[in-house]
Amino acid sequence: MSKAVDVTGLTRAFGDFVAVDHVTFDVEEGEIFGFLGPNGAGKTTTIKMLTGLLAPSSGEGHVVGHDIRTESEFIKQRIGYMSQLFSLYGDLTVDENIAFFAGLYEVSGERLEQRREWVLQMSGLTAHRKRMTGELPLGWKQRLALGCAVLHEPPILFLDEPTSGVDPVSRRNFWDLIYTLADRGTTIFVSTHYMEEAEYCHRLALMNRGRLIALDRPATLRSAMAEPILELATDDGPAAAQALQGAPGIIEAAMFGRAVHVVVDDAARATHALPALLKSRGLAVHGITPVRPSLEDVFVSLVRREGGAVIS
Amino acid sequence: MALSAQRLWAIARKEAIQLRRDLRSLGMAFVVPAFMIVFFGYVISFDVKDIRIAVFDQDRTQRSRELVQAFSASGRFQVAERLERYGDIEPMLDAGAVRLALVIPPGFQRDLGTGRTATVQAAVDGADANTASIALNYAQAIVSAYSAGVLLRATPRASPVVAQARVWYNETLSSSNMIVPGLVAMIMMIISAMLTALTVAREWERGTMEQLAATPVHPTEVIIGKLLPYLAIGLIDVSVAVFIGMFVFGVPFRGNPLLLVGMATLFLFGTLGLGVFISATIKSQLLATQIAMMATYLPSLLLSGLMFDVASMPWVLRIISNAVPAKYFIVVLRGLFLKGVGFSVLWVQGVAMVIFAFVGVSLAIRAFRKEIA
Amino acid sequence: MTTEGQADGRMGGWADGDPRPAISLRALTRKFKDLTAVDGISFDVQPGELFGLVGPDGAGKTTTLRMLSGVLRPTSGDALVGGTSVVRDPEGVKHRIAYMSQRFGLYTDLTVRENIDFYADLYRVPAAERPARLERLYHFSALGPFENRLAGKLSGGMKQKLSLCCALIHRPEILLLDEPTFGVDPISRRDLWLILHEMVAEGVTVLVTMAYMDEAERCDHVGLINRGRIIALDRPAALQKNLGGHMLAVRPSNGRQALDLLRAAPGVRRAALFGDTIHVTIESRERDWPGLEAGLRNAGVDLLDVHEIEPGLEDVFIQQVAAADAAEAAV
Repeated sequence: MSKAVDVTGLTRAFGDFVAVDHVTFDVEEGEIFGFLGPNGAGKTTTIKMLTGLLAPSSGEGHVVGHDIRTESEFIKQRIGYMSQLFSLYGDLTVDENIAFFAGLYEVSGERLEQRREWVLQMSGLTAHRKRMTGELPLGWKQRLALGCAVLHEPPILFLDEPTSGVDPVSRRNFWDLIYTLADRGTTIFVSTHYMEEAEYCHRLALMNRGRLIALDRPATLRSAMAEPILELATDDGPAAAQALQGAPGIIEAAMFGRAVHVVVDDAARATHALPALLKSRGLAVHGITPVRPSLEDVFVSLVRREGGAVIS
Repeated sequence: MALSAQRLWAIARKEAIQLRRDLRSLGMAFVVPAFMIVFFGYVISFDVKDIRIAVFDQDRTQRSRELVQAFSASGRFQVAERLERYGDIEPMLDAGAVRLALVIPPGFQRDLGTGRTATVQAAVDGADANTASIALNYAQAIVSAYSAGVLLRATPRASPVVAQARVWYNETLSSSNMIVPGLVAMIMMIISAMLTALTVAREWERGTMEQLAATPVHPTEVIIGKLLPYLAIGLIDVSVAVFIGMFVFGVPFRGNPLLLVGMATLFLFGTLGLGVFISATIKSQLLATQIAMMATYLPSLLLSGLMFDVASMPWVLRIISNAVPAKYFIVVLRGLFLKGVGFSVLWVQGVAMVIFAFVGVSLAIRAFRKEIA
Repeated sequence: MTTEGQADGRMGGWADGDPRPAISLRALTRKFKDLTAVDGISFDVQPGELFGLVGPDGAGKTTTLRMLSGVLRPTSGDALVGGTSVVRDPEGVKHRIAYMSQRFGLYTDLTVRENIDFYADLYRVPAAERPARLERLYHFSALGPFENRLAGKLSGGMKQKLSLCCALIHRPEILLLDEPTFGVDPISRRDLWLILHEMVAEGVTVLVTMAYMDEAERCDHVGLINRGRIIALDRPAALQKNLGGHMLAVRPSNGRQALDLLRAAPGVRRAALFGDTIHVTIESRERDWPGLEAGLRNAGVDLLDVHEIEPGLEDVFIQQVAAADAAEAAV
């Protein structure tokens, strides 16, 4: 089975600065692949190389079977792209937007008729095809944007924070559409800051400082996070968090609402030791419960382990 | 609510820092006015010198030679060609070799001697209408001066009253002397309104106004604070413009510099306030600049008395012209430049500009809303 | 409650221990032409509380916050902020609060320090107190090394931290933040939350809006807002508990097929795909699950993993929206 994306040792330097540093991964056909990382981690640079907008300094890569170094023009024609700031024209109607993007992708004639019907039906906008796009609710616009991005039936679709800002109901509807596309073999490459979006992916890649620091299923990443998290209920959270900073076996202690979330190296030992430790500072512990790490916890933990994010 | 000097100063300082880092606005603030004074000063200057003329003297008498001599002695004309045939005039004009052809008919001296009207003909190249009409005006002036002289000589006691014209304040009748002070007023009006037209609209467009509106700052503090840096720029501009007038165009400055600073401050408060008013009302940089341009350029060009005599306009325009601040500032500048008059003369304009400054700033403050939508 | 704010008289409002709320919305309404952006919202935020107003774009969060900060006039209703009416005395409100707009509202052509100084001047922070406050804010935000950098050259997360510093320089008693973590990466997002928790610990009342549910768990109380109305308001844990039913994370061999089967099956309230895992909401695990499991296996779907999970606030939101829509349809 051929890979939709396949990169080996992909590197891009800007002067002395290595934005992407020997990145190697592949994406299966029909896979929903999440691409995460803090600002400046090299996410955008990687995606620019994959979409043929930027040449790599070294390393090689193939997107839907085409070499990103020599066939970038061909790749550009075969991919779909939808960003959070999607490029629909608010002062065109739904139909006119579809016609415009069809023109860009050279979809015409009978195929255009078929695709137009498909987009309208998929986005649930058939009854609203004559309405101004700008008047539509955000969730609808997002579905229309998705439809326009796949008008030419690309084998791979790049999404950049596709559902930021939409309500959870619309987000679920949107992802249902994405799953439908993936089921039919379209590869989905999602880049995002938002863990809610990451949860929907089959696999996640995490970048930091230009390197790929983790790549696995969301559930596996969560369970593989080495450091357990304990939720601590006390009367004086801030004082407890302060007291625990730098204590042995404590990696981090920070307020989480009224509670304190303590990242520890050994859950059993910490559960045992924490009450005594705090009691010696005059702080009573009302309860310690393990917390299932969120993807954000995983993210933060991995980035911290890799020397922290680039601060700029 | 009590006004705070600290907040006002914070706004002024912030605005000054932003200006310092905004090369485009700084360029507009300092380079454009100086450039405009020089540029307009030369272009609008009504003085035309050394116009090349051709003379076809069919009379060839002492009187006709005197007239030609009067033309070349005026300094305005330079006799480039002497023609033998009437038919040579047209090709000369067409070729642009001369701008005007003077035709003195046969019997010119005889007609003058017998007291009959002697006619001379001046043919001009009308392609450049502006120069043509100026040249014609000069020609007419020279001819009438000449004929007045002839009349006086012919009948020394015929006229009991002789009108003696003497031009005051602008002895050389140089148009720069009239134009440059007026230009300073017009350019300052346009530039200052344009500069501040950006300030409030920019904050709306960049989203900084929402943050500012949620603080306890008072509209008066914002408006006055925003005006101060531009006032400083405006005063520097006026000074530069005055120096250019003096040293580039040779216009004398005879008044009190401090009075100029005082009057300019009043004038600038009004025009800068007008700009802020437009900016706060429109909330879009592009539109605000265009409206500021419209609101200042045409009135100060047409109704200020700079180019056209307001007194001879229809009454509607005359009334409107009273609301054009440049009109007063022009009087002030001409008075200071050419006459060297003091406050005792210019207080009327001073009062008008105080009113204008008050109205401009009040409008700006009233238009400034600490509210969204 | 220990607040240094009281020492310099800035707390105003209520005496310590006063039960009156820090923020009180009373049928607050704002219309824009035909659109009712905020539709008669009423709720209270207690002093020293961290309150989250959670909802999607266009739900009315920004409009509400603008009214509370005195920059937008309500069409009807009122709100008391620190005891001051936003209708009668919007300027009075501005002395008590700090507002952080959703769009970056600072001057990009001013440096970090110049922006902070500007806001310190606007709030007339005494010169003697400034160095200590600045040091504290730099400590929180790690902005110290970037003091002389133009605000426009900061990353998204740093910009938000700077906005927060400018909002906090005058020690407001009430902090109104409009999606402070929008577009910010998870690392910076954590830092921002740390600062907010510190503020709450010092007794500042914080009202923060957000579009994402995962952050809402950090709040003392959460108001879910949709189409200009509050559809649920409680402690996050209580909201999740009240959801009822059980949520199972099921990892089938064939996600798509399993999803279709589950959605069609009786007893399933909702089923949604997350990657290769389906979240299934059912009334009772004991009663409903065995039948569903058998149905899946009979259809040839293998189950690689099944475990119970706690519903997130996102699930709460979806259910509440559905309930609100159903109620509306019934009218």
